[in-house]
Amino acid sequence: MTGVPLSAYLVLALVLFCIGLYGALVKRNVVIVLISIELMLNAANINLVAFSKFGVTPSITGQVFSLFTITIAAAEAAVGLAILMALYRNRKTVNVDEMDSMKH
Amino acid sequence: MMENAWLIPIFPLVTFLVLLLSGRRWREQGAYIGILLTLASFILSLLVLIERFKEPTYKVTIDWLSIGGTQLTAGFEINQLNALMLVIVSLVSLLVQIYSKGYMYGEERFSIFYAYLGFFTFAMLGLVMAPNLLQLYFFWELVGVGSFLLIGFYFYKQEAKKAAKKAFIMTRIGDVGLLIGVILLFWETGSFEYGEIFQAVQAGEISVGRLTLIAVLIFIGAVGKSGQFPLHTWLPDAMEGPTPVSALIHAATMVAAGVYLVATMFPLFLASVTAMHVVAVTGGFTAIFAASIALVQKDVKRVLAYSTISQLGFMMLALGTAGYVAGVFHLMTHAFFKALLFLAAGSVIHAIHTQNIEKMGGLWKRLNWTGPLFLIGTLAISGFPLLSGFFSKDEILMSAWEHGDYLLFTLAVITSFLTAFYMFRLFFMIFAGESRSSVNQVKESPSIMLLPMFVLALLAVISGYIQTPWFGTFLGDWLVEGNEKLLGASHNEGPVWIMFMAVFVSLAGILLAYMMYAKKKIPRDWLFKENSKLYKVIDNKYFIDEIYFFTVGYAIKGFSLFLSYIEKFIVGGLISTVTSSIEGLGKIGSKLQTGQVQQYGMIAFLGLAVLLVIFALTGGYLR
Repeated sequence: MTGVPLSAYLVLALVLFCIGLYGALVKRNVVIVLISIELMLNAANINLVAFSKFGVTPSITGQVFSLFTITIAAAEAAVGLAILMALYRNRKTVNVDEMDSMKH
Repeated sequence: MMENAWLIPIFPLVTFLVLLLSGRRWREQGAYIGILLTLASFILSLLVLIERFKEPTYKVTIDWLSIGGTQLTAGFEINQLNALMLVIVSLVSLLVQIYSKGYMYGEERFSIFYAYLGFFTFAMLGLVMAPNLLQLYFFWELVGVGSFLLIGFYFYKQEAKKAAKKAFIMTRIGDVGLLIGVILLFWETGSFEYGEIFQAVQAGEISVGRLTLIAVLIFIGAVGKSGQFPLHTWLPDAMEGPTPVSALIHAATMVAAGVYLVATMFPLFLASVTAMHVVAVTGGFTAIFAASIALVQKDVKRVLAYSTISQLGFMMLALGTAGYVAGVFHLMTHAFFKALLFLAAGSVIHAIHTQNIEKMGGLWKRLNWTGPLFLIGTLAISGFPLLSGFFSKDEILMSAWEHGDYLLFTLAVITSFLTAFYMFRLFFMIFAGESRSSVNQVKESPSIMLLPMFVLALLAVISGYIQTPWFGTFLGDWLVEGNEKLLGASHNEGPVWIMFMAVFVSLAGILLAYMMYAKKKIPRDWLFKENSKLYKVIDNKYFIDEIYFFTVGYAIKGFSLFLSYIEKFIVGGLISTVTSSIEGLGKIGSKLQTGQVQQYGMIAFLGLAVLLVIFALTGGYLR
């Protein structure tokens, strides 16, 4: 297990985050956007776990923190999906471009 | 009694308030309230005057405002002139109100008319009681408002509306002069009180140049109110008001306010030779100027209006030639006989329903009372011997002669000739000859209108005897008592031939009018024809109105047009530039808000990236 260096974790997290950011900013389907946001959250989790093992002062705190994040992310996904359902019932669309009613 | 004198102006004010609140319900009955309260005013004024004969000047003031170290006071003062004016004003007001009950009968806004009369009387009584210049100025403006309301009483008539506005604006021009004069005086002496001002003047604390300026500015106020040239044009137009109003305002009270002002400030004027000269010349010129216009006017009230201007000019001439007593004396006698003439003219108009004297004639037999009453007034104003106008005009001529101003003296003599002539022209055109009217039913006015005229006629005959060369100079002695140094002599001694000449010119005027208009021995156009240039110039009142219209009127119109363009293009343009640029900025800002969440995210991310790049390049410190 010791063969994998810290930088590999960080690069993986970076790649995941970039994919997530790209998806969140570019994808039209609102479900994909939600999934991309989950990806970004998990990229952050990987960072936390990696630093809890290879950080300057390794401790269990990073792993506990990532558990919290996963819990919050689950709740967030539930609320987000509920909003999406309600939105779909009203607007009959999952296209992000059409969801622009919050403007002047 | 004098300590209760403050009640005198309060009574008419109560009339005004009561009639304003509940006059509509009482309609014609409202007249009784006005008459009774003014009667109370008059009785009180009379008691005050009688008491003033024995006792010294009474003055009460209370502190009204204190600004820094300056105390402004309010109160009232009863000196000789004030007491006399109180009686004149309240008496004429009372008589006019009695007369109006008949004259205005059937008028829809009857009670409003009495309310306005009450308001005006209040303002005028307050004016003559004022102990300081500031209070005088307040009431001076109130008098202007009262006059505005009364002249414009028939506001549905276009001419009346215009006349009211004109009267107000023309007198305002004078008021500005008065205000500046008062402020300058306050600046120089630090007080509005007459006594302190005169002390400062006596002590020579004010330089002569400044004194002249102040006196002339105050005189401009008097010029506006008293209808002196060149601010006289409002007075003839003011004849659009009801005739009783003309009798009250334009004969006895408001126009006399200017003369009263000069008389009150007389010590100030005396201290400046130039100012006195300005007063005398303005008065003398106005007298002959207005008299010449009165020669050709065809509207009975306008003739009387120009005659009023001319007589006021006489008063100013008297004051300007140091004839304080003569001016005040003529003010009093003129108040009586001119009010009488106006009321009699009103009675004629009431009977025949026209104001054009060309359409009158032969009314002597039909108006058995008005005719003789009118004749008494006409004789009095013409200076017919033994009537009041004779004595007061004599005083003025003496005053002008004694002052050594022979040109003005000559002008005054010519004016008295013209006065006699145009007044009798008026009289003969109305009462002599054949009836030219199509109105067959000419009825004499009711007795409620005749009664005030009888009182005034009596006064027009006898009021001259309080100041005569034969029976003593009671009025003059009393007026200057205690103030001989300030006001000058109580009587002007002149050569005896002046009196004979005055009688001669007045008789000559009467005779000429008789020959031209009653006997018709001399054709009416023997001197100049009706279509000659001179006649046209005079008939159009020397085109003064037109000159004002084309010079001052156009200048002001042009200037205001210029200002309106500045407002429209420069000020308005500036403001619309500011607003439109801010609006544009707002529009751009609002375009940024698209509602596209992904766009916001992108911008946030790019912003973060830029910040990170800066951070990486600078190491976190901006230098």
